[in-house]
Amino acid sequence: MKRLTTAAAALAVTVGIAGTAQAGATFDAVKARGQLVCGVHTGLAGFSAPDDKGVWAGIDVDICRAVATAMFGDGNKVKFVPLTTSNRFTALQSGEIDLLARNTTVTLTRDTTNGMNFAPVNFYDGQGFIVAKKLNVKSAKELKGATVCVQSGTTTEQNLADYFRANKMDFKPVTFEKQDEAVAAFTGGRCDVYTSDRSQLGAIRASQVKVPEDYVILPETISKEPFAAAVRHGDDQWFDLVKWSIYAMIEAEESGVTSKNVDEMAKSTDPNLQRLLGTSGGMGKALGVDDKFAYNIIKTVGNYGESFDRNLGAGSKVKLERGLNNLWKNGGLQYAIPFR
Amino acid sequence: MTYIDQTTEEPVVRAVSPPSSQIGPVAWVRKNLFSSIPNTLLTLVALFLLWKLIPPLLDWLLFSATFSGSGPEACKATTGACWTLVGVKHRFMLFGFYTYEEQWRPAIATIVLLALICGSGYPRFWGKPLALAWLIGLPLFCVLMWGGVLGMPMVETDKWGGLPLTVVLAAVGIVVSFPFGVVLALGRRSTLPAIRTVSTLYIELIRGVPLISVLFMASVMFPLFLPEGVTINKLLRAQVGIILFTAAYQAETVRGGLQALPKGQYEAADALGLSYWQKTLLIVLPQSLKLVIPSLVNQFISTFKDTSLVLIIGLYDFLTTSRTAVADPAWQPFYVEAYAFAAIVYFAFCFSMSRYSQFLERRLGAQGRR
Amino acid sequence: MSVRTTDRTSGVPWYNDEKTRGVLYQVALLALVLFAGWWLVTNTLVNLERRQISTGFSFLWREAGFAIAEQRIHFEPTDSYARALAVGLFNTLEVSAIGIVLATLLGTVVGVARLSSNWLVARFATAYVEVVRNIPLLLQLFFWYAFITQSLPSVREALHPVPGVYLSNRGLAVPVPEFNQGQAIALIGAAIGVVVSILVARWARRRQDATGQPFPTILATLGLVVVFTLVGWLAGGAHSALSIPHKEGFGFTGGAELSPEFAALLIGLTVYTAAFIAEIVRGGVLAVAYGQTEAAMALGLRPAQVMRLILLPQSLRVIVPPMTSQYLNLFKNSTLAIAIGFRDFVSVDDTVMNQTGQAIECIALIMAVYLTVSLLISLFMNWYNTKVALRGSTR
Repeated sequence: MKRLTTAAAALAVTVGIAGTAQAGATFDAVKARGQLVCGVHTGLAGFSAPDDKGVWAGIDVDICRAVATAMFGDGNKVKFVPLTTSNRFTALQSGEIDLLARNTTVTLTRDTTNGMNFAPVNFYDGQGFIVAKKLNVKSAKELKGATVCVQSGTTTEQNLADYFRANKMDFKPVTFEKQDEAVAAFTGGRCDVYTSDRSQLGAIRASQVKVPEDYVILPETISKEPFAAAVRHGDDQWFDLVKWSIYAMIEAEESGVTSKNVDEMAKSTDPNLQRLLGTSGGMGKALGVDDKFAYNIIKTVGNYGESFDRNLGAGSKVKLERGLNNLWKNGGLQYAIPFR
Repeated sequence: MTYIDQTTEEPVVRAVSPPSSQIGPVAWVRKNLFSSIPNTLLTLVALFLLWKLIPPLLDWLLFSATFSGSGPEACKATTGACWTLVGVKHRFMLFGFYTYEEQWRPAIATIVLLALICGSGYPRFWGKPLALAWLIGLPLFCVLMWGGVLGMPMVETDKWGGLPLTVVLAAVGIVVSFPFGVVLALGRRSTLPAIRTVSTLYIELIRGVPLISVLFMASVMFPLFLPEGVTINKLLRAQVGIILFTAAYQAETVRGGLQALPKGQYEAADALGLSYWQKTLLIVLPQSLKLVIPSLVNQFISTFKDTSLVLIIGLYDFLTTSRTAVADPAWQPFYVEAYAFAAIVYFAFCFSMSRYSQFLERRLGAQGRR
Repeated sequence: MSVRTTDRTSGVPWYNDEKTRGVLYQVALLALVLFAGWWLVTNTLVNLERRQISTGFSFLWREAGFAIAEQRIHFEPTDSYARALAVGLFNTLEVSAIGIVLATLLGTVVGVARLSSNWLVARFATAYVEVVRNIPLLLQLFFWYAFITQSLPSVREALHPVPGVYLSNRGLAVPVPEFNQGQAIALIGAAIGVVVSILVARWARRRQDATGQPFPTILATLGLVVVFTLVGWLAGGAHSALSIPHKEGFGFTGGAELSPEFAALLIGLTVYTAAFIAEIVRGGVLAVAYGQTEAAMALGLRPAQVMRLILLPQSLRVIVPPMTSQYLNLFKNSTLAIAIGFRDFVSVDDTVMNQTGQAIECIALIMAVYLTVSLLISLFMNWYNTKVALRGSTR
């Protein structure tokens, strides 16, 4: 009985502490832990995938590393938690992870009722279709009555329904919990079409089918899929740090700072560069981290263009065009807010 | 047959073997296979099926199968099974993402755990040495799996996978849920209404819902139940889900034993003036648990099979790793081999356990009669 | 109160009194349960509050926005989440109900086969039971699904055994009668047939109880239902138009389709549960004293008659209670549908959970639905059990 009372008291104390936890909790918790816990995809080439030695790489992984660098000056102080589509939001909501960087589309509902805040978009994608070449389909408009494999619980599933409804076509969806299963069903012939984000279709065609030439990606892009990292509501300081870590990478590309020339650039007298790289002051302080946080990010992770190139672009297996993800100056949508 | 010996006038008994139509293989065949016209028809149908099934199956499994090679190309020409798959992927199927160089550790750990379980299964070993073996074996198991000492690198639970994970989930699930189940069973038979109601509610609630929902709850909702900052990892969450689920079923098994115990035992204990706990621990439980050991083993079999459901919440148990091994499009056509391999392993475990439960039933039954 | 009890059992300190202790134990347990509940609820509320996650079931009336292929209730992506869940629930109930019937039939056949005097047949049945029982259901489901989708030909090369019937890796397409008023009248005819045959069966039983004369109830029932259906169909104008599936575009149009997901789940559940039912049936038959068989044989009944008239009715009393738990298992196991892409309740619920992020509500829904249906199945089987139990027996 006595032991019980003690346990109860201990529990009560725990609850008390939890109840009085303050805003800023995530920021402080990460700092105290000395490690960032980052939720990523279980394995999607170009976004986040472990290599043979178990080292994570990808454009989403780079966000995790950038934030860790901003906080600790070390891009390896990250623990990666691979998440499925169905447990990604609860993992964030429950505090299991500090940051969700898992090719997640920003939507109004997710921003509001799911209790999340979205960082700047780090990848603009759109949904497309892939079909076997032997079906002789040239356009998505010809897909009337087709059986479509799709991953359940994604915006993809809803866009699919919207698209076919808008074009007054019927279709048969076959839904799977995991992307691997959906792709396997598609290549196994259960479906005529597989639908997903175009970047993923490219990756699947490159690495998950036997003969890439047997499959074509249809020209239509049926949705807007802006991917962004997310944090949970309630800790603005943490949200700010994540946001500006990403802007730092884009700003670096805009100003021509790369991981190779960052040391020379730091000597520059350009006030813009000085503010970005922390030679003149206060930007990092305002965020609660080191003034040189952007410098550190660029030094360890590189600027946005480098990250894109290494993971998704010409320097990778996926070989995507920059397209919408080019800088605004080059006809794309990536645009950094002034460091001022 | 009895004759009267003419000279001594005494009856002589002479053994005469039964006519050949009543014994021997011919008679057996006639009696068991061709006793009537419908029976003969059934036999013929069965023989036809056997002839249609067995030779192609053996051919596929062994004679035409490919055993060597290092990739799916090795099986291009074959009409039989492509065991190359198992040859190439067995490390992944058995151990999942566990650090490749360190996979000898889960192998030894699993063997230790299985040896302990098998040893505990043999009634002759029941005693103090066995308890000691467990006391040594379990820490050994944990040290091997986690590492971090003696120069073995630390391997976190999110890298555990394959057969060791399945065995751990099942073994820990059954062992931890057992005392919980006993308490629930006693609670359900309690004379105190509040205790009875709470136990009954728990048991019926859990038994009324599918395991998937309990696992979902464990993986998705547990984090919301806990105060900020307290997180438990994915494996532990699934394990807790399995324990909560199994306990309700164990409780019902144990309750069967409690009910089967003759009333006289309870009354005699009361007459001796034993307290409730003395009565329960010294008289009731030892006898009734012995009665339900075979059912408990059967419960173990279900739990072992049920662990495969953790696939749905994204843990890499043995079934998941076997499946993942054929996710690669080049290997996709050989799904039958992957499933057959997994099926054989599961079957080996479950079948030996069910044989063991029958052995125990006979043995304990014989003791009971003595 | 505790003081008074001490007075009555003098010499025993109050804390050793059994009644007082009982009360104490109960109070402690209730306090513990309440405390644990309160702790969990407050934690959850605090967590939800801090993360600003909205609660409540109002999300159910929002537009679902996703499509469901397998629908018996009409469903459009513009319909609500609630309707999507209803479609899922209906699919669950459909596959469970058909599965229960098929598993019972197959299980009974296998169980009786295990008792067969034919050695080979008995071995066959034993092998089936042992193999199926000792392999996880999920693995079997994966196997059936892969078997159907990978070993059957594609739509273009669909097997075409009978005109109008196509078998491919998209499933089985069969012709169905086009439904119109005529068929509706035929259905009414069938319903009348069922009612009449129930009356006839009652009359037959009463006559048998009174005079001992048997009546071929099963045959009569079949005949009556068929005749009344036929009469209804003729009265409705004898429409015989069939909707025949034919290849069009990517698949088949017309007819009815049985999807690979549904088929795999149904086959898996049936085959798995039948192995357990076979054991129950065997146990039930063995539980009937052998004297019963001998007596029946002595009366000159044929083996099939012995089984049908003597053994099965008596063994039903032993069989029904464990059978109930097998039915419940099958129903609960149907949730594995999610792993092979069949849209059952859990699968739809999972999608809703992902889309809305309302984890607590969605899991509560699963639990409530499965508890309710489990309870209904139990109630029905208990009712049936009292029906087959010995009348006037004191249990």
